[in-house]
Amino acid sequence: MEKAIQVNGLQKSYEKLHVLTGVDFEVEKGCIFALLGSNGAGKTTIVKILTTLLKQDGGTAVVNGFDVASKPDSVRQSISLTGQFAAVDEILTGRENLIMIAKLRHLKNPRQVADALLNRFGLTDAADRRVSTYSGGMRRRLDIAMSLIGKPQIIFLDEPTNGLDPEARLEVWKTVKELANNGTTVFLTTQYLDEAEHLADRIAILHEGKIIANGTLADLKKLFPPAKAEYVEKQPTLEEIFLAIIGKKEQKVQ
Amino acid sequence: MNKHFFSDMSVMLGRSMRHIFRSMDTIITVTIMPIAEMLLFVYVFGGAIHTGTDNYVNYLLPGILLIAIASGIAYTSYRLFIDVQGGIFERFHSMPIVRSTVLWGHVLTSLVSNAISILVIILVALIMGFRSSAGVLSWLAVIGILALYTLALTWIAAIAGLSAKSVDGAGAFAYPLLFLPFISSAFVPTKSMPTVVRVFAENQPVTSIVDAIRSLLAERPVGNDIWIALAWCVGIMLAAYVFAMRAYKKRA
Repeated sequence: MEKAIQVNGLQKSYEKLHVLTGVDFEVEKGCIFALLGSNGAGKTTIVKILTTLLKQDGGTAVVNGFDVASKPDSVRQSISLTGQFAAVDEILTGRENLIMIAKLRHLKNPRQVADALLNRFGLTDAADRRVSTYSGGMRRRLDIAMSLIGKPQIIFLDEPTNGLDPEARLEVWKTVKELANNGTTVFLTTQYLDEAEHLADRIAILHEGKIIANGTLADLKKLFPPAKAEYVEKQPTLEEIFLAIIGKKEQKVQ
Repeated sequence: MNKHFFSDMSVMLGRSMRHIFRSMDTIITVTIMPIAEMLLFVYVFGGAIHTGTDNYVNYLLPGILLIAIASGIAYTSYRLFIDVQGGIFERFHSMPIVRSTVLWGHVLTSLVSNAISILVIILVALIMGFRSSAGVLSWLAVIGILALYTLALTWIAAIAGLSAKSVDGAGAFAYPLLFLPFISSAFVPTKSMPTVVRVFAENQPVTSIVDAIRSLLAERPVGNDIWIALAWCVGIMLAAYVFAMRAYKKRA
């Protein structure tokens, strides 16, 4: 398999704080890779190095075949970043945000690109409203739509569902899966275990500056003693209840 | 120069000009407030102020323009701060664009928007009785000084916008700049001030800039004022630029 991302011995310190002390991992093309770790583990630092926003102190990182330190321009041609906070322009409308990014990517037909994405992400009705009036979920959808412009091969999603309500979270999950189905490599960071479990082909756990586990969900499960069969009454989770009630309400309205 | 420089720059300029035209707050502060001050000084205080000229609007206008510029660049700082905080700076920096346009777009916006507000203020001044016999060269010199002053203050604004920890901090630096024209020859001649204040007033940048613009507009000999004014503008601009770039590199 070809590699989308190769990271070797990556190190980064902020003054005396050693955030990354030798991170190694590889991401195969076209898969969803989840980097799991608690707050402050250094997930965002890794994303920033891989997206050329930050220089590492040691080690190498290669994205889409280009070294991030020596070929940052080629890396930027291959990637797209959706940061921790929806990086959208609040004062512009949704449509204007998309057109702006399409122009910055030097595409020939920014308007059509924007229209297609508005349609795909269910934002057509809100297209000409200022983003400051959008809900958190709509903002995140716009954010991801902006990241897809120019068809980057690798998409970085830094905690994409942080602060979203359950419905919006499911929407984001669906989008991420669609991306991967179309062959885009998705690099995702999260602190929600179920998110990694639900989405990722491979999961790496970052702890105290190093990757301490890396593999498929099945691989990781093998690290634990074999599952015992226990009979437990299946209770609906609060999330299921919430979504069921919301769903009913919407049906009534319709 | 990268072939995309101008196209990226125009996207950045278009974006922040939209921000300005969609913010009533910005328009009021950078255009309507200076005009209100001009009305206040001419029609309320003006009768009691003795400047040695019969046309107080002519005397006052240069100072009002400098106040308008100081209000304008406070918003440059604010917009920069919001971009850095909101993450759109990082989005742009991770994209294959000419990186320098992210910052220079704000600088160009500052020049263009201040030019617009100055034009509006001069038009109002004309209605209020401002008259100038200045020729094309003198006007060009005035435009040059105002552009340099705008650039100098814009780079100070960039330092604040890039290194501020809060929105209030990003705007607060502008207050001294707004206040400086009041302790200068902008509204009243310095000779009526007590010695200490007068020494300060006569040796701070605004007085030489105001005096130079006033002389140029009246077609009087400008003497040394213009060189002192230019030295201040260029000096402040270069120093602020160095510190702004340092703050920028820390962020980027």
